[in-house]
Amino acid sequence: MITDALVLSAFLFVIGTFGVLVRRNAIIMFLCIELQLNAVNLTFVAFSQLHGIDGQIFVFFVMTVAAAEAAVGLAIIISIFRHYETVNVDNFKLLRW
Amino acid sequence: MTTVLFYVFAAIAVGGAFGVVMSRSPVGSLLSMVGTLFSLAATFVLLEAHFLAAIQVIVYAGAIMVLFLFVIMLLNLGHDYQKDLKGGVFALVSFGTAGLMAGFLRYQLRGVGLAEGGAGGAAIDAAMAEHGVVGAIAEPLYTTYVVPFEMTGILLLVAIVGALVLAKKNVA
Repeated sequence: MITDALVLSAFLFVIGTFGVLVRRNAIIMFLCIELQLNAVNLTFVAFSQLHGIDGQIFVFFVMTVAAAEAAVGLAIIISIFRHYETVNVDNFKLLRW
Repeated sequence: MTTVLFYVFAAIAVGGAFGVVMSRSPVGSLLSMVGTLFSLAATFVLLEAHFLAAIQVIVYAGAIMVLFLFVIMLLNLGHDYQKDLKGGVFALVSFGTAGLMAGFLRYQLRGVGLAEGGAGGAAIDAAMAEHGVVGAIAEPLYTTYVVPFEMTGILLLVAIVGALVLAKKNVA
């Protein structure tokens, strides 16, 4: 089942990557990043079956960082929305060539 | 039995992940994500991470996803049904990148037949028998990893202040 969990986590990570690349809505891109974080969490939990409980503690820290990242990222999205009246990333091209 | 359950929850998780990427409305994406998070919590239980499963449901599905939902409602994006998938060359490039990554992970996992319930599983069982489900995580968290644990407290404080400053109406 450890190998199955690793395969599932690889699937979820690839789907998350695809979502980040292919969507235009900034909030959904953000959700896909959360999906990638969860896939990595699953890998840590699976490997903690082989290497002891340290992997689970690492997942705890990853969740904390994800919570902080969600708060700050959503605040950034809100302030961008105030400025441009949209969350479509095609409109944010100030730093793009 | 656990293997069957694992496959059921894995199927729900992958289906939910596809829902996140493909759903047209942001709220639909969010609800698919909640389904994925719940089934991942179930797989955590099957992999003997009971405390993390509870945290996954309470913190991830309960707090972070509600924060996303609040932002979607605040920005009034709930009925934003236009299709926002990038098309053409960009979709091809995304497919290619995702395919390459999948191939790489498949290559890394080739022929991996990891032993069930290895040394780590036995160690976790012993720790749970001695300290309980929460204590098994708490004991190393408050001894070996106490400095990183305190640093996460500072990180959360900085995140609160940063989020307030960024989302405030009139930033000087």
